[in-house]
This record gives sequence, C-alpha cells and structure tokens, in this order.
Amino acid sequence: MNAKRVDKIATGVLYAIAALVVIILVALLGYILVQGVPEISWHFLTSPALSFEAGGGIGIQLFNSFYLLFLALLISLPISLGAGIYLNEYAGQNTITGLIRTTIEILSSLPSVVVGLFGYLFFVVQFKLGFSILSGAFALTVFNLPILTRSIEEALANISDNQREAGYALGLSRWETVTKIVVPAALPSIITGVVLSAGRIFGEAAALIYTAGQSAPALNFSDWNPFNISSPLSPLRPAETLAVHIWKINSEGIMPDAKAVSAGASAVLIIAVLLFNFLARWLGKRLYKHLTAE
Amino acid sequence: MSTILTTENLSLFYGKKEALKGVNMSFDKTGITALIGPSGCGKSTFLRCLNRMNDLIPGVTITGKVEFNQADIYAPTTDTVKLRKEIGMVFQQPNPFPFSIYENVVYGLRLAGVRDKERLDAAVEKSLKQAAIWDEVKDRLHVNALALSGGQQQRVCIARVLAVEPDIILLDEATSALDPISSHMIEMTLLNLRHDYTIITVTHNMQQASRISDRTAFFLNGELIEANDTKQIFMNPVRQETNDYISGRFG
Repeated sequence: MNAKRVDKIATGVLYAIAALVVIILVALLGYILVQGVPEISWHFLTSPALSFEAGGGIGIQLFNSFYLLFLALLISLPISLGAGIYLNEYAGQNTITGLIRTTIEILSSLPSVVVGLFGYLFFVVQFKLGFSILSGAFALTVFNLPILTRSIEEALANISDNQREAGYALGLSRWETVTKIVVPAALPSIITGVVLSAGRIFGEAAALIYTAGQSAPALNFSDWNPFNISSPLSPLRPAETLAVHIWKINSEGIMPDAKAVSAGASAVLIIAVLLFNFLARWLGKRLYKHLTAE
Repeated sequence: MSTILTTENLSLFYGKKEALKGVNMSFDKTGITALIGPSGCGKSTFLRCLNRMNDLIPGVTITGKVEFNQADIYAPTTDTVKLRKEIGMVFQQPNPFPFSIYENVVYGLRLAGVRDKERLDAAVEKSLKQAAIWDEVKDRLHVNALALSGGQQQRVCIARVLAVEPDIILLDEATSALDPISSHMIEMTLLNLRHDYTIITVTHNMQQASRISDRTAFFLNGELIEANDTKQIFMNPVRQETNDYISGRFG
C-alpha cells in the first residue's frame, strides 16, 4: 500500500470515530430532552417536590442547586486564583512546587463519592455543620479546587512573557505586573474556566448526598434573613440539589409520577449545564475579542 | 560631554558559564550607542544588565559595577522599580498591553499616581508625537493597541516608555521583527530623540548601526572588543576581529 492510500484510510477511520462520538452525544442528549422537555412547565420549575402524590415540582431543588453553586464558587474562586497565581507567577520549579502539582492532580482524580464521604466525616460530623448547604459548599470546594486551580494556572501560563517583561521594564513590581497586566490579559480564559467548572458543580450529586443532604424542607421565600432556618439563604439548612433529587427519585421515589419528574428534572439539569457551556464559550470569545481588538 | 552611565568590570554568569567577561564601558548623556556583534556575543545580556532585567532570570550571577548618575544600581538599597522608570526598555517583539492605545501610554503615569486628566492627555499627545505615531492614531486613541500593525505597536511601546520621562532608553533589537518601512520610521524616531535621551540599542543590522548611532561597541564571545565613534569603528577599526565582523567575514 502506498502512503497516499494509508493516509486516506486513516482519515476515514478518524472521521468515523469522530462521528461515533458525536452520535453518542446527540443520542444521549436527544433521549433525555425528548423524554424530559414535555414535563417542564412553569409549575414544575417553581413548585416544591411532593413525596407521595403526583404533580410535584423541583422549585426548591433548583434554587438549592444555584445557591450551592454560588457559595461553592464564592469559596473556591479566591483560593484557586491565589493558588494559580502562586504556582505560575511566584513559585519556581522545585521539589515543593512539583509536590503541590502532584497533589493537585491526585485531588482532581479523586472520585466524587470519596470527596462526599470525606466531607461527611470532616464537615458534617467533625465540624458539626450537619447536613447543610455549608457542608455541601465545602465538599464542592474540595471537588472543584484542583480543577479550577489548574485551569487558572494554565490561563496565566498562556500569557506571553513579553507582557511580564513590559511590565517590569515600566517599573512595575511583580505584584503589580500580575494583578494589573497578567490577570486582566488572562481574564477571558479564567472566566471560561470558572463557568465550565460551574457546570460540573451544578451537575454533581455524589459529593453532595452525604454533605448537603437528601431532604429539601419547605422554604419561606418571603424571608431573606439568612439566620432563619426556613429562609432560602440560610446556610445551615439541609438542601437537596437537582442532581441529588434525580438520584433519589430513581433509587427510592414512591410518588406515582416519579418517572416523569425524573425525566423533567434531568432535562432541566442538562439544559442548565449546556447553558453554562455555551455561556462560557460566548463570554470567553467576547472578552477575547474585546482584549485583542480583532 | 558628561557621562550618565558607566560599567566597571561587569561580568555575568549563567550558572558556571561566563556570558559577559569584565565589560568596562561608559555612556554619554545624549546620543545613540549601538551594540553590535554576532548572536550569542553577550550584547543583549549586557543591555539587560543596565536596568537589572537579568535579575528575573534564575541562576544568574552578576559581578562588577554599573553606575548610573554615580550610584551603583546593583547596591542592595537600589529600588529596581524606580530604576526602571529612569531607564526604560523596548523589546524585540512589540509588547503593548491588551488595552487601548491611550491606556498603554499612560500606564506608567497612572501607576505613579497621576490622576489629572489634562496632564495624562498632554502626556499621551507629547509621547505619541515623540514616537512619530501621533498622526496615525490620534483619532482612535481608545482602540485596542493590539489592533495596530507591528511597526505601530512598537512605536506605541516607545511612546509608553517616553511617557514616564526616563533618562535612558534601552532597545533590544527593537526593529528586527519589523518590515523595512516600519524600521525606517523607528530609526527616524530615534534620531529625533537622540538630543534629549541616552539611547542604547542592540542591533543585528550593521547598516542601521552605521546610519543612526553616534558610537558603536563591538562584542564578541562575551567581551567588549572595541568601542568608539561609529565612523571610526566602520572606517578604521583598531582590532582585527572588528574589521572581520563589519566586513562580513564571519558572524
């Protein structure tokens, strides 16, 4: 066989593999959306779940998912940003930073159910936070920290050293160069990384089952004092999220319309995660355009 | 002519390798000095010693003295931030920040705490005029600097350095990544600036060195072989190596 023919065959095989991946994805998404979208209604999105009767919604779970996401990002973003800046801008290449990088890699490959059990023993039991939003947010932080740190570190590493030199040569200190030149220049990819990790957090179930809990007590949406246990903002209430809810209905749901609720909730979850992905691309591209003036 | 900058027995080591071997040189308060020599001869390394940019490279040891206005810049008390405001630098690759032209030029001033809008505006106009790019960009000062061509970007970078009013401007092969027309405009810019600033430029382009510089220094293998008036170096070099290099026999 000559090289030209081999090249043609290889191209064909690669196309086939790519097509297979796309088909699997489209089939999966299509199935979930076709099953679930007809179940979605304003009532479904806003009313509380019912345990024994048909007609329950996912309102509280949906709110919990967003609130938990917000808290988890609030905790993990500053830490990741600091860690990313340290690793890329300050730390040299030595044994200690090598160790830190290895640790981060191991942490990021930890199964999320292990993170959940760790969160249960550490935050729920040891720190007596109970099954609560706060425990869940801390568990998600452990889950999110390594990935976000890596993506921020990479975003910073992609900024050319020319920019840093320009800063130093203008008489900027290292801190000024990092905060006023490198981070702003890396902002598009940092934001993309954050939004993508938000999608992962949003869909996470295993890390939350033993930390944020599996119950969604009724919330009083007219009470916004975070110190009241029935307030939506209370960080110490148990909070079942959408992903956990789906898992629970499928394993022990006894409402008559369990299948429909599960399908609808799955569709909402998928749509939310897809929206996060599109948002990340759109924001990243827009900011990149703005910064490079293309 | 008074001297602004002198180096005394300046040596630099990358680890154990000696990249600069005891360079003694002095620079006058105005005029252009060109540093020439083959790749790896130490001319860029030497240039970067003059505003301590080599500090940023791990494993570098520097011995000897660099005196700027009679003060040793390698003394422990030297404020490198202040030093680099007095000795500005332009690099081989144009490196404007990903902000507007205006913001690029006022960057150093803003960091120095200047808030007065009129003063900033005036500085932008003056610096861009000095860098010979005002006419090309005056109507779009708030456009991102990265939208400009390479030659324009480089002149914005020069304006950015001029805005903080340094005493010395170092150029590290500032025209080698540009087309001949852009290079020519930068050369014109430098010729206009030579009466007010000390300009030290590293260049691979010997025609350029002979066209614009008042003095030329020839480096080879980390040593300063010969430094003299440009005419002298090109017409009547003292050392054989210099003669070989400028006549294109090696390098």
